[in-house]
Amino acid sequence: MDLSYYPGCTLKTAAKGLEDSAIASMNALGIRLVEIERWNCCGTVYSLAEDDLAHHLAPVRNLIRVKEQGSDRVVTLCSFCYHTLKRANLLVRNDGEKRKTLNDFMEEEVDYNGEVEVLHLLEVLRDEVGWEAITEKVKVPLQGLKVAPYYGCTLLRPQDVAIDEVERPTILHQMMKSLGAEAVDFPYATECCGSFQIVGNPDFINQRAWEILSSAIRCGAEAIVLTCPLCHFNLSQRQPELVKRYSDFQGMPVFYFTQLLAIALGIDPEVCHFELSYGDPFSLLKSRKVVS
Amino acid sequence: MKEKRIGVFVCHCGLNIAGTVDVEQVVEQIKDYPGVAHAEHYIYMCSDPGQELVRKAIKEKGLDGIIMSNCSPSLHQATFRKLAASEGVNPYFCEIANIREQCSWPHAGDKETATRKAVAIIKAIIEKLRRNISLTPLVVPLTKRVLVIGAGVAGMQAALDIADSGYEVVLVEQSPSIGGHTAQLSETFLTGDVIPGLVSPMMSKIASHPNISLYAYSELEDVSGYVGNFQVSIRRKATSVDESKCNYCGLCLESCPVKTASEFDRELAQRGAIYIPFLEALPQRPVIDRETCRHFGGDKCQACQEACPQNAIDFKQEDTIVEEEVGAIIVATGYELFPCTGIAEYASDPDVIDGLQFERLLSPSGPTSGEVRKPSDGKIPEQVVFLQCVGSRDPEHGVSYCSRVCCMYVAKHALLYKQAVPEGQAYVFYMDIRSDAKGYEEYVKKMVDEERVLYLRGRVSRIFRDGDKLKVWGSDTLTGKSIEIAADLVVLATAMVPNPGAKELARKLNIIVDQYGFITEAHIKLRPVETLTAGIYLAGTAQWPRDLPDTIASASGAASKILSLFSRRELLHEPTVAVVDPEVCRGCGQCVAICAFKAIELDPVKKVAWVNEAICDGCGACAVTCPSGAMQHRNWTARQFFEVIDIATAEYV
Ligand SMILES: Cc1cc2nc3c(=O)[nH]c(=O)nc-3n(C[C@H](O)[C@H](O)[C@H](O)COP(=O)(O)OP(=O)(O)OC[C@H]3O[C@@H](n4cnc5c(N)ncnc54)[C@H](O)[C@@H]3O)c2cc1C
Ligand code: SF4
Ligand code: SF4
Repeated sequence: MDLSYYPGCTLKTAAKGLEDSAIASMNALGIRLVEIERWNCCGTVYSLAEDDLAHHLAPVRNLIRVKEQGSDRVVTLCSFCYHTLKRANLLVRNDGEKRKTLNDFMEEEVDYNGEVEVLHLLEVLRDEVGWEAITEKVKVPLQGLKVAPYYGCTLLRPQDVAIDEVERPTILHQMMKSLGAEAVDFPYATECCGSFQIVGNPDFINQRAWEILSSAIRCGAEAIVLTCPLCHFNLSQRQPELVKRYSDFQGMPVFYFTQLLAIALGIDPEVCHFELSYGDPFSLLKSRKVVS
Repeated sequence: MKEKRIGVFVCHCGLNIAGTVDVEQVVEQIKDYPGVAHAEHYIYMCSDPGQELVRKAIKEKGLDGIIMSNCSPSLHQATFRKLAASEGVNPYFCEIANIREQCSWPHAGDKETATRKAVAIIKAIIEKLRRNISLTPLVVPLTKRVLVIGAGVAGMQAALDIADSGYEVVLVEQSPSIGGHTAQLSETFLTGDVIPGLVSPMMSKIASHPNISLYAYSELEDVSGYVGNFQVSIRRKATSVDESKCNYCGLCLESCPVKTASEFDRELAQRGAIYIPFLEALPQRPVIDRETCRHFGGDKCQACQEACPQNAIDFKQEDTIVEEEVGAIIVATGYELFPCTGIAEYASDPDVIDGLQFERLLSPSGPTSGEVRKPSDGKIPEQVVFLQCVGSRDPEHGVSYCSRVCCMYVAKHALLYKQAVPEGQAYVFYMDIRSDAKGYEEYVKKMVDEERVLYLRGRVSRIFRDGDKLKVWGSDTLTGKSIEIAADLVVLATAMVPNPGAKELARKLNIIVDQYGFITEAHIKLRPVETLTAGIYLAGTAQWPRDLPDTIASASGAASKILSLFSRRELLHEPTVAVVDPEVCRGCGQCVAICAFKAIELDPVKKVAWVNEAICDGCGACAVTCPSGAMQHRNWTARQFFEVIDIATAEYV
């Protein structure tokens, strides 16, 4: 099966491991992710200003690309891209007046009326592939690996874009179980990582990241699994700072969900680009003998 | 049809009518209409001189029908019918032509149309009145006994008021003991002790009252009849203990190997499958809960039977049905609490409890003998966080309404906690403090000023376990700061919701519940303790969340409504109801199906419909539905309707 795929900017750079591991894993599961042509930035944040329609042009243009290329569904990997595309799509669907303004402004484009369905890859794994089918395809079960699923905000809030129960999501938990790992519950699983505050207020992010990571450690996790490049940046790339600052903190591997999927499916770890992650997530996997 | 001599009286209602309708013109155009023997207008017909005018005309002109052309019948129909009767005119020969709400008000500023319409309305009513037959009210017998459903404070208070006035009461309570939720409370705010001071005296009075028959562990099975004449059947659930033999020694209780969560202690303690719910329970007799009993689960256990020196355990006992006749019913089925697990952000944790659980912890007869201890490990909690409005005023997670009692009992909880653990710290998260009754504001103020309870205005976003503490994240909207508290115990003041069984009961009683499941009153302001079904009343929290003073007031209100009903020898019912012509009826039963009051039955032998006039509300739905024209409404027959319609539409045809 082919599925239109929107990568977004980070996946081509810092989050290369997220993209490559996803494409390889989905191939192994029988789904080809077909990158849409001429895509642009997703818009990064969904503007909440009433009259800031210009901000929605970027996501809507991407959805027009999908429509033009004959598809009615598009899947994303990055939580932020999912969020902006999904919300812009709802805006187009629910607000006739704004839809008209947007379409009038983009006179060079075909009219867009919300025909495309925006999906996150986790939804495809749950609803199209199914956890049992994934378990069947697992070559190296992640036996004994204790991972704490970290959801962040943008996959779950607001409610009308949530891919799962807003306050008690389980989708990543279920995925980890399907791969043979142990999903560790921790109270910060749906707390914000601090997001863009990293730009102006890195101290705040340090504090936040430390709270999140150490809570997961206290609950018995040895790694974090997440979906979002920005969460990954805040929770993983900031760790050198945390190690310096908090004497009791010694670092903790952070995985993208697709990296663990690829490993469990027995795909060459090259696709995971662990070199882009802080620390050495790979060695944890080695110590569990899931990779050699 | 003997022609009536009709008088038409046109009221000005000050300028309300006369400002828009040309009343003189109306009289002019009506006075020679067929059947009209007299017509006049006056500034206020309902005033004493106005009424005198009508009396005089009746006498002098020998009128035997009057048409009062004025305001809506809901205002003065009763006044003028009484006047007619006092002058020897059949009251059902007095009709109202509404030329105010239906004419002068909506047509203000258009005198010509309004005047024409007023004339048409009066003519139409004249045509109706010409065909009215003379009627007398129906006399309905009245059984002066009352059924009270639910024996919480509301049901108990109403039962005692009525029984003390000399009437018999049948009191039905579904659980093994009377007392309701109040029996679970530790103390009441403002006044203190609840069990010895309030509930126990009420309970023992109920148990020994010669006028009260108490059916505990029983439910209403079925109801038929109508105001003054209800037949009710009550299911007495099998207790599996022979009451005539049991001497309350309690040996069975200790012998039972089953341990299950006690409902009365809100799962903070355990009970056996054979149990008495609490120390002061009434009736003081054990019951076997067949759901958890091993014997009924197919096991051979009969430990209680072996332990009983009286041979009172009877595993073969069956439910029995008792029939009772009553004239009025009070529904007092009380409330339940919105579940603690209803809000996903708040951890499911043994140390996150609801208000009634905290009452049990505070209660001297509770699982901790009144010491405040954490359910998880029995330690004394040093930091306790109380959350108000959990599920209340929160349509997204719970209900939109305010539960009204929580602000006050949370203040009480904080106080009792401080008294039990003086060095402990109590925090209260609130949205607003609603302390709007006598002494309430002062009570809450005292907690803040003297007891050093920390009141924080804001909501809590998350509660989770972190080691041996519970982390509580909230915000203080007065300082704009986020707050984190490491708490030992969290008490949620969860919303009061209706008893889940109330809907099913309401269906049996043919009364209405609102969107939440609370029993709906006949009129929220004017008739707050009656339902729309005559003879059925409501009391306490079955209607809406309220505290004890309000519960008791509403229960006494319902009781006094019934006492005033019982002050009559018999009941009178409007004769303007539906009647069947048995010669014409073909027994199709469509009227039976349409009647919202269940007033119609099909005679199984004659195969024709039969209207119970005492139940019929005169709404007319059946008459409209009847395909053969057999069903007619007295004094609103099809013929009368068509005459009225002909006149009303004459201009347009
Ligand atoms: C935590 C907490 C603390 C409180 N503290 C105070 C306080 O300090 N002061 C104060 O004034 N108020 C207080 N209240 C309020 C008080 O509990 C109520 O006002 C009072 O209990 C209402 O009485 P009720 O009879 O209407 O309902 P309930 O007490 O709920 O009684 C209803 C009875 O009806 C029975 N029943 C239900 N359905 C049926 C059925 N279908 N057939 C037969 N029987 C049925 C039930 O078993 C129950 O016995 C508090 C409430 C809470 C939640
Ligand atoms: S042991 Fe028998 S007599 Fe004693 S309380 Fe139980 S049932 Fe009654
Ligand atoms: S039969 Fe056994 S389980 Fe049932 S009530 Fe008696 S002692 Fe308890």
